[in-house]
Amino acid sequence: MKKTLTALTLAAATVLTAQAVEAKTLKWAFQGDAQSLDPQSLNETFTLGLLGNIFEGLVRRGPDLAIQPALATSWKIVEPKRWRFNLRKNVKFHNGNAFTADDVVFTYQRTMKPGSDVKTRMATVKDVIKVDDHTVDFITEVPNPILIAEWATWYIMDKEWSEANNAVDPTDIGSGKENYATRHANGTGPFMVKSRETDVKTVMVPFAGWWDKPKHNLTEIIMTPIGSDATRVAALLSGEIDMMYPVPVQDMKRINSNPDTEVLAGPELRTIFLGFDQERDELMYSSVKGKNPFKDLRVRQAIYHGINIDAIKRKVMRGLSTPSAIMISPKLFAAHAGEFKRFDYNPEGAKKLLADAGYPDGFQVQLDCPNNRYVNDELICKTVVQMLAKIGIKVDLLAQPKAQFFAKILRPKRDMSMYLLGWTPGSFDSWNVLFNLHGTPNKDSGRGKFNVGGYSNAKVDALVDKILVETDTAKRDAMIRDAYKMTTDEVAHLPLHQQGLAWGKKKSVDLVQRADNQFMMYYVNMN
Amino acid sequence: MVAFIIRRLLQSLIVMFVVALVAFTLFQFVGDPINQLVGVETGLKEREELRQRLGLNDPWIVQFWRFALNAVQGDFGISYQHKRPVTDLIVNRMPATLELSLISALFSLFVGVPMGVYTGLNRNGFLSKIFMTVSLVGISLPTFLIGILLIFVFSVQLGVLPSFGRGEAVLVGSWSTGLLTSSGIKALILPAITLGLFQLTLIMRLVRSEMLEVLRTDYIKFARARGLSNSAVHFGHALKNTLVPVITITGLQLGSIIAFAIITETVFQWPGMGLMFLQAIQNVDIPIMAAYLILIAFFFVVINLIVDILYYVVDPRLRIDPSAAHGHG
Repeated sequence: MKKTLTALTLAAATVLTAQAVEAKTLKWAFQGDAQSLDPQSLNETFTLGLLGNIFEGLVRRGPDLAIQPALATSWKIVEPKRWRFNLRKNVKFHNGNAFTADDVVFTYQRTMKPGSDVKTRMATVKDVIKVDDHTVDFITEVPNPILIAEWATWYIMDKEWSEANNAVDPTDIGSGKENYATRHANGTGPFMVKSRETDVKTVMVPFAGWWDKPKHNLTEIIMTPIGSDATRVAALLSGEIDMMYPVPVQDMKRINSNPDTEVLAGPELRTIFLGFDQERDELMYSSVKGKNPFKDLRVRQAIYHGINIDAIKRKVMRGLSTPSAIMISPKLFAAHAGEFKRFDYNPEGAKKLLADAGYPDGFQVQLDCPNNRYVNDELICKTVVQMLAKIGIKVDLLAQPKAQFFAKILRPKRDMSMYLLGWTPGSFDSWNVLFNLHGTPNKDSGRGKFNVGGYSNAKVDALVDKILVETDTAKRDAMIRDAYKMTTDEVAHLPLHQQGLAWGKKKSVDLVQRADNQFMMYYVNMN
Repeated sequence: MVAFIIRRLLQSLIVMFVVALVAFTLFQFVGDPINQLVGVETGLKEREELRQRLGLNDPWIVQFWRFALNAVQGDFGISYQHKRPVTDLIVNRMPATLELSLISALFSLFVGVPMGVYTGLNRNGFLSKIFMTVSLVGISLPTFLIGILLIFVFSVQLGVLPSFGRGEAVLVGSWSTGLLTSSGIKALILPAITLGLFQLTLIMRLVRSEMLEVLRTDYIKFARARGLSNSAVHFGHALKNTLVPVITITGLQLGSIIAFAIITETVFQWPGMGLMFLQAIQNVDIPIMAAYLILIAFFFVVINLIVDILYYVVDPRLRIDPSAAHGHG
């Protein structure tokens, strides 16, 4: 008896110590903070990434970005324009409310209201109908094979909670009032927000009632934004934080040479490219008057041949980039991406093309560039300026912070002649790229929104319309390839590279780095 | 005296009005807030609607007038980025900035004055030369570099002080203070030194030159002739007379400490108003920028007022009837 008791006490003590040892707090830092906890308020990578730990969509993306079932267990296309989703049963929100079809319908309605910034998730959806408590139908206007592609970041909110807290409408600063959902969250996801002070500190704890089996071993998460690059690196080196991103490329060596820390680098999905004004009849900020040299294909080809992308990769990006021949990450177009090759670096050929186009002595033009948006954006532009000088094009560089840069170059202003921009298709699909970057700009349909240069090809536009509704994958991929073929041959834009991701972490921390640069804490294990 | 204070406070209203007016003319050039408010995929039409609803299409003078009318009623609007009332945000962030600024000012004063006195009295001493050299560094190195150097030495190499943040803050009433916890005090050391170093060197050099000046005057010679002890001469007579310019400079510098805390706060991720202001500039958060600039203008006016009042306390000559004082000008 006594022995059993001792054994029991011992066992209990072991359990207790084991639990004490298992208290694992992950402290990490990003360069900024999520603007809001309201999942419908801003369509931006970091905000949605952070919220992806608190909220969930009907589907989610795995470590390799493959779509997995989440709040929906299965789905099928019952009619071309009707998708049926079977919802997961016994799922609870953080406050204990049950997740049902009403919440999905509610979230759809909330998404369509003014102030919502995630309307694109429901772009082709006409209606959402509750079939029963755990079945919903989505009715689309046209057949849409990629309906769910962007739904991993379409987060479901709790209807009752939103109604009780006056958060039925999404955060809308136009209303002049604060929304409860800005600083409070009630999702179904693996972590709950314990406390939050925007830009200072967010504390999260695991949600015991999560439907899925946790793969992490965390007991608490403290997220602190650290804006200054040097300080963020110092905080990791000194061991005050366990993980941080992004790592400035010039500090990668420093972090790797420290015995306890390392850099986890990988390709990102964002494509960095140069664009040309092909719309105006006379180029702005140029020595050429009365005509627009960028309308001439030979000039665009010349610039392409004048760019030494390997030098940019080696010197500017310190290896942290993947030169790209198309305007989408090859990962997202595995079917045919390999068929595309970059134009070779050939300054002599470039000069000849310029001479053929009537500019034997080159010309002068301005390049607009952000200086705090992409990895080493300004440095890339400076390098491009030097490279183009070698083929006779004198480029004046205007590098500005993103706030000024975007206001200047984007539609409707389009105050530019040549620019550097980056693009990640939110749906991880080529249609998004073709529609937004290559389609002829059309204000009503939204096509060509980011086709700042104004490239226009009716054949590409026709393909874009067909690709949207084609449900046969092979046929669809072939059409995508044909469209890219035209835009590549005609140098609609000049793709440079997919920039790399660099996360810094303690060696004792295991995590999954997703190529969409979203940090999913439910994969983290601390040793 | 009371009339003087009231007059100065009324003047401060004019100063704040002018600051706001100038700020609003400048906001035309800081970029487009809409791009920071919506994701890249949001359509032109929705952007245009949002711009319209926020009143950003109105001429700047109309925007200014709307802002001024609300501000008079104490309403500074909603922050574009934080989506919370600006007044709440500033009230939340102000304690961090004021604590940091105050501690820096005290640090520079209580270290700077003794160093100044010492170098003034022992002009050729070895320690004086070291002080003078160090002060050169303090004056010539930019704040962010000093901050990063301190982080490198004390956080990364020695691992004794935190590199960012404010530690654990506790609420006293509605004032969040970091002065009551050990982590809060530890977190304060590096930023306070970084922010106060420039002021310290300024005060030290000022006290030194004033001391040298005063020590040559007749009344000091007379005091020595009376056989007063060295310390009575130095501290009772000389130091006291150097204090008028020191108070002026310290006072005025306190305003700049608060205003220039921006850089220190950014380096140390110190959660104060300055950091918030810098982020507001990056994100074109007009409501925060406007409110912050007006608040800083107000601080400057109030600090100047306090400095003027302190003159009365320190310098008896100023307490004479003003009409008589004007007489000898």
